[in-house]
Amino acid sequence: MAGIIGYGVYVPKNRITVEEIARVWKKDGKAISKGLNVKEKAVAAYDEDACTMAVEAARRAVSQAGIEGKQLGAIYVGSESHPYAVKPTASIVADAIGASPELTAADLEFACKAGTAGMQMCMALVDSPVPEWLEYGMSIGTDTAQGRPNDALEFTAASGGAAYIMGKKKEEILANILDTYSYTTDTPDFWRRQHAEFPRHAGRFTGEPAYFKHVIGAAKGMMERVKMQAKDFDYAVFHQPNGKFPIKVAKMLDFSMEQIEQGLTTPFIGNTYSGSMMIGLASILDKAKKGDKILAVSYGSGAGSDAFVIETTENIEKKRHKKSVFEMFEEKEYIDYAEYAKCRKKLKSM
Amino acid sequence: MNGSLPLIWRKFGERYDLDGNFCETCKTAYFPARAVCQKCRRKGKLVAQKMPKTGTIISFTELSAGPAGFEHEVPYFIAIIELENKARLLSQIVDSEKEKIKIGTKVEKVFRKISDIDPEGPIAYGYKFKVVD
Ligand SMILES: [Zn+2]
Repeated sequence: MAGIIGYGVYVPKNRITVEEIARVWKKDGKAISKGLNVKEKAVAAYDEDACTMAVEAARRAVSQAGIEGKQLGAIYVGSESHPYAVKPTASIVADAIGASPELTAADLEFACKAGTAGMQMCMALVDSPVPEWLEYGMSIGTDTAQGRPNDALEFTAASGGAAYIMGKKKEEILANILDTYSYTTDTPDFWRRQHAEFPRHAGRFTGEPAYFKHVIGAAKGMMERVKMQAKDFDYAVFHQPNGKFPIKVAKMLDFSMEQIEQGLTTPFIGNTYSGSMMIGLASILDKAKKGDKILAVSYGSGAGSDAFVIETTENIEKKRHKKSVFEMFEEKEYIDYAEYAKCRKKLKSM
Repeated sequence: MNGSLPLIWRKFGERYDLDGNFCETCKTAYFPARAVCQKCRRKGKLVAQKMPKTGTIISFTELSAGPAGFEHEVPYFIAIIELENKARLLSQIVDSEKEKIKIGTKVEKVFRKISDIDPEGPIAYGYKFKVVD
């Protein structure tokens, strides 16, 4: 059965605080920061995009997996900020990590959950008897999320990414994926039309009928299938559009703060969209011991959730990254709104 | 992206992953790859080789006026870097504190956008380096 043999995270160095964004728009930064439970967000540099971050995350994952790029038979890149509208990010990533040309690759889009959809696809390909040559598959969730200036989303929309490599050799697997389950409906809570620069959202509609309904639907469905309850898990991680929603949804599902704390990353780097749940899961894997059970649930607007039940193996200790996700967060440099506007090309004349 | 697209495309290996070559006769690494070994000439046996991802700053300068496509990035640093196999290259230094950019500082390769001038044109990606913390 397919399992995770390597994972890698990339978070850009620049940070802007919620208070700094609020200062520009003459809003109460302290109150907003507290309300969202987000202190600051990671911002991609002027020369970074969803593709460069995908390559950096992929390189870390390949290195931990202990394989060579050319052994990857599939690469999927999930993002809502692919640099090109037409021209895959996945082929650039494949070339940059030496995986070309013998592989299948594609870009995926499902708001914030395309990367976890790619994880399911890689699991299936790795486990399938056909194609026989395909041993390893990698899925990446990466975004340079953009919020319209002075929109509520601007306080949280951040940049970052994570890559997961699936394989089926027992001696390589650091965490088995015991099962996966998804919950999908047509829900117009958030969208971006072709050629539109910023996404639009349906305000309050993004909460109950969107995030909570799908995350809870997927989490409950998943737990019923594996006959487990919240107390049976050591850790849980949910998609984190802000720092409040995942705490609230955890309570609704009977998970404690202790179970979700290690995977709660949005308060420190903002919502990295496709990277969000995948970075949180990586942080849990950084800390988890052999035999720990993890419930991981993503959410993508539009809308759907993918849930995974994961159990770490004895290989987790010897495969540990030298630098943990939380240690990566500490490598930061604060920028002001002017620098932020330049980095994210918010000035129209640029 | 300046220059012809086919010409740039042929350099993807070099730009993305530091593809160079190595003379097995005199054990010299070349980046970019050379057609003939500078030392052994026709006696040299060149094989393709990826360059190491880390190196040391040999010299550097801070640019306050950039060429076309880099105007918005100034001021920035460029450096001559000696890789661990002695091959040398010129690269932009990113994500590094100014005080740490010195001769002898250890640097590592990162993947970045090299140029993205035309919003409807192709994006050029490739290597840059940053100081190892
Ligand atoms: Zn030679």
